[in-house]
Amino acid sequence: MAADVHKKSGDVLNGSLFPDDGQHAERSESPTPGLAQGTEPGAGQEGAMFVHAQSYEDLTSTDNPDATLQMPGDGEDVQADQTMIEEISKDFSELSTQLTGIALDLEEEIRQSKEDKLELSPQASRRDSVLSGKEEEDVAMDAWRMHQKHVFVLSEAGKPVYSRYGSEEALSSTMGVMMALVSFVEAQENAIRSIHADGYKVVFVRRSPLVLVAVAQTRQSEQEIAQELLYIYYQILSLLTWTQLNRIFQQKQNYDLRRLLAGSERITDNLLDLMARDPSFLMGAARCLPMASGVREIVSTCLQQAKAKSLVFAILLSNNQLVSLVRKKDQFLHPIDLHLLFNLISSSSSFREGEAWTPICLPKFNSSSFFSAHISYLEQDTDLCLLLISTDREDFFTVSDCKRRFQERLKKRGVYHALLEALHTPFYSVSKVGIPYLRHFIYKSKSSGLFTSPEIEAPYITEEEKERLLGLYQYLHSRAHNSSRPLTNIYYTGSHENLLAWVTNAFELYMCFSPLGTKAAAVNAAHKLMRWIRKEEDWLFILTPQTY
Amino acid sequence: MALRELKVCLLGDTGVGKSSIVWRFVEDSFDPNINPTIGASFMTKTVQYQNELHKFLIWDTAGQERFRALAPMYYRGSAAAIIVYDITKEETFSTLKNWVKELRQHGPPNIVVAIAGNKCDLNDAREVMEKDAKDYADSIHAIFVETSAKNAININELFIEISRRIPSTDTNPPASGKGFKLRRQPSATKRSCC
Repeated sequence: MAADVHKKSGDVLNGSLFPDDGQHAERSESPTPGLAQGTEPGAGQEGAMFVHAQSYEDLTSTDNPDATLQMPGDGEDVQADQTMIEEISKDFSELSTQLTGIALDLEEEIRQSKEDKLELSPQASRRDSVLSGKEEEDVAMDAWRMHQKHVFVLSEAGKPVYSRYGSEEALSSTMGVMMALVSFVEAQENAIRSIHADGYKVVFVRRSPLVLVAVAQTRQSEQEIAQELLYIYYQILSLLTWTQLNRIFQQKQNYDLRRLLAGSERITDNLLDLMARDPSFLMGAARCLPMASGVREIVSTCLQQAKAKSLVFAILLSNNQLVSLVRKKDQFLHPIDLHLLFNLISSSSSFREGEAWTPICLPKFNSSSFFSAHISYLEQDTDLCLLLISTDREDFFTVSDCKRRFQERLKKRGVYHALLEALHTPFYSVSKVGIPYLRHFIYKSKSSGLFTSPEIEAPYITEEEKERLLGLYQYLHSRAHNSSRPLTNIYYTGSHENLLAWVTNAFELYMCFSPLGTKAAAVNAAHKLMRWIRKEEDWLFILTPQTY
Repeated sequence: MALRELKVCLLGDTGVGKSSIVWRFVEDSFDPNINPTIGASFMTKTVQYQNELHKFLIWDTAGQERFRALAPMYYRGSAAAIIVYDITKEETFSTLKNWVKELRQHGPPNIVVAIAGNKCDLNDAREVMEKDAKDYADSIHAIFVETSAKNAININELFIEISRRIPSTDTNPPASGKGFKLRRQPSATKRSCC
């Protein structure tokens, strides 16, 4: 295995967007391996699988970077036409009352928000239960206002398209106000980005013909919230394509887009829930399922051999973790597109039976056309799902045959059992690393677009604790990637844990320690962890991606 | 034993129970919290009919608006189409009539049409009278049954009836299952079952 890793021909590398292929030969060893991109632990040996994206910056850069205006909560400071100001400020105070509601005493607030959390799951399942139809919570209730993060999507005509909580109809006046705010600021040849008031961040993302708005009480930065909104936008594009979306609104400005999106609410809901607990989105990378490199290699080869002319990508995944990915030569998948595919699969149980065949747009790859996706689980009762992306919507039976051939090959080469075995241990324990006080970490190899992370263990047992940990990573990430003052090293000391962030051109590392550790020990641990990842890289990452 | 492949597609409004009917037929299972189908789902089941084996190649299509344009891909080349409505929702029966119209205009000429009034276990909430649906089905010479995927009522019968309506191979070339015509009903197939 190791020999394989270092076998380098050097000449024909797949046409990748890799910055510097020459550096591959110089894979450095300890003490600080891989400070140059492409040589860090986890960097692919024969070309990247993904579009090399600094997805975070990609996502948050706006079309019009100069157009920034932060409106203060009361709207008084804006110097413009006085009558319009009064109107808007009246509208806004209405909005702000709707959002904050009557102040409750703190204890009650906490109790309420706990109740919300308990209610979440039945609400989600109720939402698209075919029998009961769509039951929504009452937007006039305090419980509705207490949600951590609201997300609204509206058309430029102010028509509701999506609301995370509550029915869109009941919110049409609120969305009207949101559109009024956007239009008002635009009338001044400016663009509204966010409103910060009363512990809330109201973030606006304008992607004509849609407007996306988040109202968040979370600790996320404005940039991160905007990133999530863009994911929602791409999610909508993946169902409709950019071309169709624009054509619809060109023909009829006040079109009710909910008609076309009917039934997709659960996909969007799931995406928002996933972003709150899965670091893949924050990292802009895919999580690999740890697997013996020999097994993975054979699986990838089997997948590669079961090819068809129309196939562009073949993806084997389990529970939002990547097992293998084969791509057509010269074609790259963007991590955002991969996340949307993962989300689609995890959001619906309808793929569990039979073979699904559905049109899907990969907006970062090509936002104007549909691919056809063949989605099927290899085995009932496992999460091993095969996704075959084809360019030809009439090609179902050919693609279906690829699946059959892939399964046959797996069995013939005797890795099927080993593959299923690897699914039983999708996570490793952080104790494997052997660093005392280390509780958890996230390591991302930038050139491969992959990251690895151990299981989240005690004391982060409850969902709230897990989300709090992710919140801390989010905070460090936003500090490290702050566009006006990016940071390379951050040491954060909190009452419950200490964290270390280390961000270079080649990798990103976030580590969480018990609060008893010291800074010096943390820095040592970072070097030790890097050596461990280098040693284990062929098991943690996909080092030899295959192409058709 | 001779094996025949019969391509069948399911059409109908969202939430009427197309997937539930297929699951009941193929897996003999029922999930009350089934998620809406995305795109279309393909399943097969082989059953014995008289001295032949019939392998049903079933395309279970999504009922949602945005997948509507894909339907021709699935009913084109189908030997039979099962159009499903929900007996507790009047509007799903109107959608059904639109599907019949579309099949008449664009479907294969010999396609066997079966109308399934699903959720017949919810008789208390009934909005579509059995007689009205039956009369309509007779007028277009379609198979008609009321089904319950939940209680496994008439599901197998529905597919057996389709097997029966598709002429046997010894008199016809196997590829083009010559069913009955939507427009002009040949008197031979007038021996309606329902």
